[in-house]
Amino acid sequence: MIRYLNFLWRCFRLSFVGDWRYTLWMFVLTVAVLFGVNAYCKQFVLGLATTGMTDQVSWGLYIANFTYLVGMAAAAVMLVIPVYVYHNRELHDLVIFGELFAVSAIMMALLFVTVDLGRPDRFHHLLLRFNFPISMLTWDVIVLNGYLLLNLHICGYLIYCAYRRRQPSRLFYIPFVFLAIVWAISIHTVTAFLYSGLGGRPFWNSAVIAPRFLASAFAAGPAFLVLTLQVIRSATRYEVTDKALLTLRNIITVAMTINMFLLGSELFTEFYTHSAHVASAQYLWFGLNGRHALIPWIWTALAMNSVALVLLYLPASRRPPILNTACVLLIVGVWIEKGMGLIVPAFIPSPLGEIVEYEPTLNETLVSLGIWAFGLLLYSILVRVTVPVLTGELVDEDTAGNAFGPERPGVSVHEPNRDAVPLGGPALRAASNPPRHLSPNWESVP
Amino acid sequence: MTTRIWDGPSAGDAPTTRRSFLRNSVAAAGGITALAAALSPLRELAGQADFSVAQFLQKHYKEMSAQEMEAALERIRSEVERRYEIRPHVRDIRPQAGVEFVYALNLSRCIGCRRCVYACVEENNQSREPQIQYIRVLEMPRGTLDLEKGNHHYDRPTVPDASHFYLPVQCHQCANPPCVKVCPVEATWQEPDGITVIDYDWCIGCRYCEAACPYWARRFNFAEPSVPADQINPEMSYLSNRPRPKGVMEKCHFCLHRTREGRLPACLEACPTGARKFGNVLDPDSEVSQILKTKRVLVLKEEVGTLPRFFYYFDERYPRGLDPDAAPIAESLGHLPAPDDPAPTEHHS
Repeated sequence: MIRYLNFLWRCFRLSFVGDWRYTLWMFVLTVAVLFGVNAYCKQFVLGLATTGMTDQVSWGLYIANFTYLVGMAAAAVMLVIPVYVYHNRELHDLVIFGELFAVSAIMMALLFVTVDLGRPDRFHHLLLRFNFPISMLTWDVIVLNGYLLLNLHICGYLIYCAYRRRQPSRLFYIPFVFLAIVWAISIHTVTAFLYSGLGGRPFWNSAVIAPRFLASAFAAGPAFLVLTLQVIRSATRYEVTDKALLTLRNIITVAMTINMFLLGSELFTEFYTHSAHVASAQYLWFGLNGRHALIPWIWTALAMNSVALVLLYLPASRRPPILNTACVLLIVGVWIEKGMGLIVPAFIPSPLGEIVEYEPTLNETLVSLGIWAFGLLLYSILVRVTVPVLTGELVDEDTAGNAFGPERPGVSVHEPNRDAVPLGGPALRAASNPPRHLSPNWESVP
Repeated sequence: MTTRIWDGPSAGDAPTTRRSFLRNSVAAAGGITALAAALSPLRELAGQADFSVAQFLQKHYKEMSAQEMEAALERIRSEVERRYEIRPHVRDIRPQAGVEFVYALNLSRCIGCRRCVYACVEENNQSREPQIQYIRVLEMPRGTLDLEKGNHHYDRPTVPDASHFYLPVQCHQCANPPCVKVCPVEATWQEPDGITVIDYDWCIGCRYCEAACPYWARRFNFAEPSVPADQINPEMSYLSNRPRPKGVMEKCHFCLHRTREGRLPACLEACPTGARKFGNVLDPDSEVSQILKTKRVLVLKEEVGTLPRFFYYFDERYPRGLDPDAAPIAESLGHLPAPDDPAPTEHHS
């Protein structure tokens, strides 16, 4: 226990240490978080009138971000499935970064629902009268928190084992890994059901919402990981192979293709039928009764997603600059598609046919940016303390060097035999073999 | 060899020197100051009554004992007294056995004067700034029930307009209410007499019910509601028209503090044309039972399967201008239609 607290304490101290780029990055994020806290305090005092939401458009930027981030969190599974189901070796070591990202994304998603509440001070009412299983929102509470715990357990366990130079017990994490795979799909499905179960909102009341959510998330999530893995690769000693990035590229390409196909199906059904239910889609894509605030958003998203998809299909996107461009386009494109393109238009026109447009206010934008900054801050810290553990630079002094016999410091930089590695996370690798990314002076670690 | 953003963990475990201690102290002090500045808007909370311990500990409506309910009512009384300097008469009025309320609205008679809207606001202590209204009247072109063709913001010197009919919409008190289904904390539910109510002290303000309602019947308190003290209706009940706090939902409750004691809803009493009918559908002799049996009745958005308890109907004679009853109504309001112009029954709004 003391040892575990000592581990946390060392991680805590470590999160403040880095060169000027790290310090600047963390400083900027902290300032953004404080601006967000300030904006939220204003909202807490004055009410949600500080947002652009109205009785007509009663959900906006917060719920849009929430939806998007649930998808990002679920996308971590796209690293896990290839490794644990298809035994893909290249992604093996990277799973933990995907899961750390899932933790950060879920934290952001939970914060976004919390700031959307009119009475956050009554949050405990959820514990006292829980409308389960009737309300889909209660399902969402369960699956999101469950997913958070699952990922915290898997990452925490593997990282701590690596820190202690202990062989992780398969029983303690492999079942959870497989549970997390199913669970990841469930979080985004349940979130889609929040919307698609409402008969009064024809724009959402469509069976394609859940599959489309998953497809777009499985494109945007891995795209984000492609970018962060390159940052990890250039900023740390941790090794990320090109092959791993290219595997992610394939996943993104397939997911995005499915997403575009589903979009096409949706558009065909809406516009070919052209029933009264087309109103929201009409408003979104072409404007309705002279009101057209969302047109620039959705066409930008379509353009970004299309360009990204074309780039991904070109061999040129095997090179990082092109791949990164495609990833950035896709991350932003899918964000617009799920926010301004899915949450907001369902409210326009209102169920009584009134057209009231929505535009986020500055305060609401600051709160949102603050939550994003918090999530990135959290992810940065998690990665910052995880990398040295996995590379064997941060180990428990008491167990270092004696858990698996004498260490062979500084010898093998590359795995001699990758195929011999059993199923297991990167921590397992770090524990059962001498660290692969040793710095010559690794022994100087106290 | 590429440069590293951070160089090993050893720096994190470095011993504290005087210099690093000073640097860390300055950074920590700066951080705390910045946090305090960020939190500063919270100081304004000091004066707000919204966050009392008694309210925080209050149970869900259905779980409160008679004593606890009395304590809650007393708390509400003293809050109203402090805020509006009026001692209100706040009760918890329960439904009667053998009663199921329904509303029937005569589309042939409604002239779109919006008196129901304002009577409702006054009766139910709805916020005047920002303005909250439970009833929305749509001006519909003849020949359609497509709500998207309706005009919410018609502003005529006189109503009705001959080429339109008027469609007031409020909570339909559905027998299969989507709003109740989606509420994560059971803050809204259907009472035995068919009225869907909200416990304003239990709602967490997630607005899922607002997204689920196909009739746009629910309203959210985006800001602290405000009612001029001299316009407060002191006859209040827990589940209906007591003042609501910021951040919760509210909606039409068929004036349950009146109707559960045999009176009629405020919107009905305010209607100058008798277009609004209300009563117990379980009583076969009630006016609403007769209307449902004999008139041409319809419900809004039947296809969404909500089974509304709010019915619309047409008189046998349509359009309205040809209705012999229309002339006496207009007369009673002081507006005689021109004898050769059968259509508009005029009324200054």
